[in-house]
Amino acid sequence: MEKKAVRVAYGEALCKLGEKNEKVVVLDADLAAATMTNAFKKQFPQRHYDCGIAEADMVDIAAGMSTMGLIPFCSTFAVFAGRCYDQIRNGVCYPHFNVKFGFSHAGITLGEDGGSHQAIEDIALMRVLPGMTVFVPSDANECYQCVEAAARIEGPVFIRTARLPSPVYDPLPFEVGKGNVLKDGKDAVLFTCGILKEHAIEAVDILSGQGLDVALVSFHTIKPFDDLLARQYAAKCKHVFTLEEHSVIGGLGDTVASAVIGQGVETFHKIGIQDVFGQSGKPADLLKEYGLTGPQIAENIKNHL
Amino acid sequence: MDIQYLKDQARQVRRDIITMTAKAGAGHPGGSLSCTDLLVALYFEIMNVDPADEKKPDRDRFVLSKGHAAPALYGTLCERGYFGREEFDHFRQLHGMLQGHPDIKKCPGVDASTGSLGQGISIAVGMALGAKHTGNPCHVYTLIGDGESQEGLVWEASMAAAHYKLDNLTVILDYNGMQIDGTNDEVMSLGDIRAKAEAFGYDVLEIADGNDMQQVLDALRTPACPGKPRYILMHTLKGKGVSYMEGQVGWHGKAPNAEQAEQALKELED
Repeated sequence: MEKKAVRVAYGEALCKLGEKNEKVVVLDADLAAATMTNAFKKQFPQRHYDCGIAEADMVDIAAGMSTMGLIPFCSTFAVFAGRCYDQIRNGVCYPHFNVKFGFSHAGITLGEDGGSHQAIEDIALMRVLPGMTVFVPSDANECYQCVEAAARIEGPVFIRTARLPSPVYDPLPFEVGKGNVLKDGKDAVLFTCGILKEHAIEAVDILSGQGLDVALVSFHTIKPFDDLLARQYAAKCKHVFTLEEHSVIGGLGDTVASAVIGQGVETFHKIGIQDVFGQSGKPADLLKEYGLTGPQIAENIKNHL
Repeated sequence: MDIQYLKDQARQVRRDIITMTAKAGAGHPGGSLSCTDLLVALYFEIMNVDPADEKKPDRDRFVLSKGHAAPALYGTLCERGYFGREEFDHFRQLHGMLQGHPDIKKCPGVDASTGSLGQGISIAVGMALGAKHTGNPCHVYTLIGDGESQEGLVWEASMAAAHYKLDNLTVILDYNGMQIDGTNDEVMSLGDIRAKAEAFGYDVLEIADGNDMQQVLDALRTPACPGKPRYILMHTLKGKGVSYMEGQVGWHGKAPNAEQAEQALKELED
């Protein structure tokens, strides 16, 4: 299966968007080669602004540019969402300016750079901001869709992307705020987001082989969240599991929990980063270390049923 | 415009500042009174703005980076015709459009929501850059505080302003020398602020008395230096115009009571 890093798709999507919409400008903070905005820079040198290693300034500059009718896409590492949080909050979200954030290298699969650079809290930070749309694309095709959608939304949008190449699945119908049912099931449901989709599919397959019919639902939009779909599957399956490359506090798991409360759920278990920071290592080793590989997820689910 | 008219407007705005902070029982009169003359000069004389067409795309922009001086901005916008004085009754009140700090979503004439210090100047840099990008002929003005200049973002933004050669940007420093906890020198010395501004690539002007309308106008009318952002180091007096507030740190964020307000309004009569 073809593999492509979601961040690469982000860079490609920006180029495509740039061709169609001349209002789109791209801002970076000396990471164009990593966030993949360098392709846009090459194609549209006059529409790419490097703000230097000054993420907070980048965000407020984008805020100001948006007031001139432009659609700025700010790009940096997801871990710096915290660094420029006040600017995202007060500079962009409070006035509801039309600024987009394509923040890459999210989660532990960033790998060798280590825990200082592995964002495990960015979804939590972003989803609590009024008016913010939060996308976590699960593969390259979904990232194209998220970038396109971001440009259509009037207001702030956060797109979380990953560094690690991951399988590219056939595109599914995309609607902002709607989850996708990847597999129906009745014994339990696994909700996921982002590039762990690959491991979620493997886990559900393993459980299938063991006679457990587990539904799998993927969400590219964490906010606004598809409460209805989550409720429907929680009510039907009763045993609910969530999987994310993010802290189990404040991310997808808590988003699902808020949605499904009162649905007669018997089991609720959040699989993700268990309130710890990451560390250096190869992405595959890190996934194993934090229990996020297909077989580990399958075992985890089975143990809770 | 006749300078006496501008001075009269400034006196009225100072009265507005006293009226609204006294009524609300809260707000920041000290740093509002220090920058009143500048705001009046900008809105009544210098900037291309039109209250009847407040969102016109080529209007000049003003960002009150020191957002706590909102009463000065509100007074100026009101006297310029953006809204009526009855709004002062709702300053800092539930459902009022005159929020504690300027809110672009609520108050006509406001170009950016500010109050989190350091951000306004950075947003202004983005506006100036965006104006250049889109070919908008507008000029962007932003007023920063001296205490605010302790924020690192002020200097990040300054670096970017020089890098992108934003000669359509004017940064004005309201240098009254005081902040909440004391004088700048007691809290965190700014050092040679003029040298710093020059080193960051600004074309620097200085106004010896930023509460003298003529001096303010002269500085604002000085033609831009091509390829360089402008920085105006404007010496002012905190609490200017109200004798018991002048040069007093304690009036940074405290409203006058009814009796004090009455005295202040009397002093501001002529």
